[in-house]
Amino acid sequence: MRNQIRTIRIVLLLATALAGWPLTGRAADNGLTVENAWARPAAVGQMGVIYLTVKDAGAPDQLIGARTPVANDAQLHRSMMNGKMMEMRAVSEAPVAPGQPLVLAPGGYHIMLMGLKRPLKEGDTVPVTLVFRNAGTVAATATVHREAPKP
Amino acid sequence: MPTSDSQPTPSAEPPSPRSIKLAIAGLVVAMVLIVGAVGLLLTGHSRDNAAQAIGGPFALTTGDGGSVTDQDFRGKFMLVYFGYTFCPDVCPTTLNAIADAMDKLGPTAARVQPIFITVDPKRDTPAVMKQYTANFGPKLLGLTGTPEQIAKVAKEYRVYYAEHRTGPGPNDYSMDHSSIVYLMGPDGKFLAPIPAEESATTIAVDIQKAVS
Repeated sequence: MRNQIRTIRIVLLLATALAGWPLTGRAADNGLTVENAWARPAAVGQMGVIYLTVKDAGAPDQLIGARTPVANDAQLHRSMMNGKMMEMRAVSEAPVAPGQPLVLAPGGYHIMLMGLKRPLKEGDTVPVTLVFRNAGTVAATATVHREAPKP
Repeated sequence: MPTSDSQPTPSAEPPSPRSIKLAIAGLVVAMVLIVGAVGLLLTGHSRDNAAQAIGGPFALTTGDGGSVTDQDFRGKFMLVYFGYTFCPDVCPTTLNAIADAMDKLGPTAARVQPIFITVDPKRDTPAVMKQYTANFGPKLLGLTGTPEQIAKVAKEYRVYYAEHRTGPGPNDYSMDHSSIVYLMGPDGKFLAPIPAEESATTIAVDIQKAVS
């Protein structure tokens, strides 16, 4: 299983490198597909962020966490306006269902990378493992961009 | 001897010169009262405006550790945004838009100084500010200061901020903060607010309008 995941990751990385374009993590058996994964540039020790879209062709599920080797910790967060105040809060889950993709995007849900271990520079790729309540883990690769890449 | 005032006057009778005088006096008094009331309202209003004025003097520290005050930017338009560097989501969106707007402004950009003031002076040391602002082009100036200096400038710009604890550690917090960009004139006076979620194109248009 571990080797399989590693193989999938390597294939994904190769595919990404070949396509020159991001990020597709696919877990064929659970119907979850990750698209448009991207991260912002950031320096060592700073906060980083990963955005992506999860599409669901299977059963409803919830994203409950994320892991990445580039940071000490990765947390699911959500920004929102409360009156005139911008607030950012950790959230325990974010829902996804068929026909209702989960969109992690600036100003809303995002994966916050706490304590970056290496700098994220434009064009770099960042491996990320998403943890879903029912489906388990889904691997994806985010590419570092200043702004959201056009899907 | 009874005065004419005490005598009942039939309404059909033409008004006496005395009652005309009284009526005029009444009108004058009423006018004085109205003018006074309007005046009070107006001064009250302008006092409110003064209280609501956005901006004011500040003394802060640059990413290189140098001191700056608002006076250093006289003659330039200031684009002022408050946030913090541990904000990976919303602040970069706005700061990218500002950087791109500066690019779109062409020669006008030379007359505009974008400024990012932290509301998290505890973690945002000058070095941290310098490293962070470098992500958003060479023009953006990151400013920090003592908690007192930050509190003062935030109050002047009517920016609210508060720590939100996320854990037991000293650095386990995020900042809730007002998210708005202020365009200030070359005299340091407030010109226009720019919503922080506006696109670079819209920000550039807003600036161009105010500057020309």
